[in-house]
Amino acid sequence: MSLLWLRFALACYFIGLVYAFVALTRTSELFSRIALHAASLGMVFHFVSLVELFLSGQVVWTSLHNGESLLAFFSMTFFMIIYAIYQTTSPGVVVFPIVFFLTFVAAIDQQPVLLTQYVSHKGWLVAHIILIFTGYAALLLSFGASLLYLLQEGRLKAKKSSSLTSFLPALEVIDQIGYRSLLLGFPFMTLGLLTGTILAASTYGRVDFLDPVFLLSLLMWAVYMLMVFTRWNSGWRGRRAAVLASFAFIAAIVAWAANYFSTIHRFAAS
Amino acid sequence: MRFQLIGVNHKSAPLDVRERLAIPESRLPDTCRDLTAYPGIEEGMVISTCNRVEIVTHTTNGSADLRGFLHQQFHLTADELEAHVYEFREKDAVRHIFRVASSLDSMVVGEAQILGQVKEAYATARAVGAVRSQLDQLFTRAFAVAKRVRSETAVGSSSVSIASVAVELAKKIFGTLEGKTVFIVGAGKMSELAARHLMAHGCESIFVSNRTYDRAVGLAHKFNGQAIRFDDLYEQCDRADIVITSTGSPQAIFHREHGEQFLSRRKNRPMFFIDIAVPRDVSPEMGKLDGIFTYDIDDLQQAVSSHVADRRKEAELAEAIIASEVERFEAKLHTLDVVPTIVSLQDHLETIRQAEIDRVRGRLGRLTPEQETAVEALTRGIINKVMHTPITTLKTAAKESEATTIVDVVRRLFNLHEKGKETQKEATPPEKKNEVGTRQ
Repeated sequence: MSLLWLRFALACYFIGLVYAFVALTRTSELFSRIALHAASLGMVFHFVSLVELFLSGQVVWTSLHNGESLLAFFSMTFFMIIYAIYQTTSPGVVVFPIVFFLTFVAAIDQQPVLLTQYVSHKGWLVAHIILIFTGYAALLLSFGASLLYLLQEGRLKAKKSSSLTSFLPALEVIDQIGYRSLLLGFPFMTLGLLTGTILAASTYGRVDFLDPVFLLSLLMWAVYMLMVFTRWNSGWRGRRAAVLASFAFIAAIVAWAANYFSTIHRFAAS
Repeated sequence: MRFQLIGVNHKSAPLDVRERLAIPESRLPDTCRDLTAYPGIEEGMVISTCNRVEIVTHTTNGSADLRGFLHQQFHLTADELEAHVYEFREKDAVRHIFRVASSLDSMVVGEAQILGQVKEAYATARAVGAVRSQLDQLFTRAFAVAKRVRSETAVGSSSVSIASVAVELAKKIFGTLEGKTVFIVGAGKMSELAARHLMAHGCESIFVSNRTYDRAVGLAHKFNGQAIRFDDLYEQCDRADIVITSTGSPQAIFHREHGEQFLSRRKNRPMFFIDIAVPRDVSPEMGKLDGIFTYDIDDLQQAVSSHVADRRKEAELAEAIIASEVERFEAKLHTLDVVPTIVSLQDHLETIRQAEIDRVRGRLGRLTPEQETAVEALTRGIINKVMHTPITTLKTAAKESEATTIVDVVRRLFNLHEKGKETQKEATPPEKKNEVGTRQ
């Protein structure tokens, strides 16, 4: 049943996905509203799916697909918070396709890939997952904002009259969205990685520092920290910030994808 | 539809003629009263703005001497009137009013002010009783059409002046202009205008720098700002988010290295340079820096031209809306023309029906409730069938030019003017009465 709700959510997110593609070429206030309502409805279905999964007692915290579903939900939550503050659906151009992809992967497979069979401290595990996914969601928003910043900056520099009527919000608004997401996500990401390391150490007895997931996560965190530092210290934004955000985001994706072949999350199997 | 309109506007008459025709706001009520007292005019209204003076009327017979009224009011010669005034009647007058209210006839197509001015003129005329049912319908529709044009087209959505384009660009960079700082370099008229626009949109503080320090002080004083000595320009410029520069310098005064210094001191917060100087004050190299946005006079002018072109395109869509609205309005008025006749016809036949039922009731004796209902249904059915064709014909004719003729024919055939007498005279033939009685 939980999967069914998730598929309803997927159908709603699909409208958001279409919006993301349409918004790049033309501005439509109506379509933006439709996408927002569809995304809100999708979140309701998604929430029901997660609650049902949790209440059924069948929740597998270490399932990769449950993780993807949770990450998608957190990303949408971030998107909605941004919308509530800035009244713009523009970050959806980046967020909607990724949320759709994550939900799609989570919704098609009945047999979740298990990251680990056994964990000794369930509380730590739940904290690790929630913290790291919140950090991921914030990073996604920050990355999205960087891309939109570049797009808007490019339009303004090109001096196209269409830049005045584009769907994108003002440059400083995009910048604030990115920076606030960054600041909010960094402590979550740091604590998430910390709890993960402690969890690995306590469950497995040691931490495999050469594991690809660990290395990539560390790299992502380092870039994340660099972004926060350069922004705080020198006000880096625009192209340079976008390059860093892209780098951190790619590291995050690769770190996530590495779950499919890494052993760090499969303590029992190794 | 006996609407008639006469007027001058920015296209038909030069300013000196428009000035002579302009009616001060205080005199508008009296002019409206004079208008309705003028022979052949039932209702009247005057629209007087800096770009147009128009007399809109509903006449008694479709042709009032509005030129005579203008001559009487403004003492213009016939030649002057002929050279500059335009006159529209009926459908053309309706179209013109719809175009004016929708700002398609304005000097700057799509500007929003005209709708407010027309609404004020309407309110003034209505207050003195010069606008009643006919002009009321026309203008109520015109306001709805204007609203439709605004919401369905983008005719008024883009800026068409350099100062307003500059404000819009600043908003696209900074979001809100609340609390932003403006720096005027070179105290010219145009930069003053742009600064005034920016301040009106929320910019908080202003600095002014000029080679002649006294002029900077003078301009800064106007804005309650601060004058900066020209020698301190590069030290102070980074304090501003928006720089309006219009010096007479033969070479650029802002170069890439200045931009780099500003950005470094501002921690890369963006700066917007509005360069209205010719030759330019900001070197193109500086504009290439991340975080520096430079728009010169050509860029701004190009944006304005592009917006004007956009408005023209949107105006074509608006014209199509207006054409369909004129048709709808005309059809509605024609339908309204035949409605009184249809109502009279229905009343007339209903009176006959009631009279006939009363007349034969004695002969029919006591009727059961079921029989009463049957008599009602039967007589109503006959009346409805008799009326069906004339009513359909009237409604169809309402949309065509022959409506008046058909209305006259129907009224004469049924003697609708003399309702009191006709009820007695036009009794149903005896055979019909018998038929009704037999069925009972």
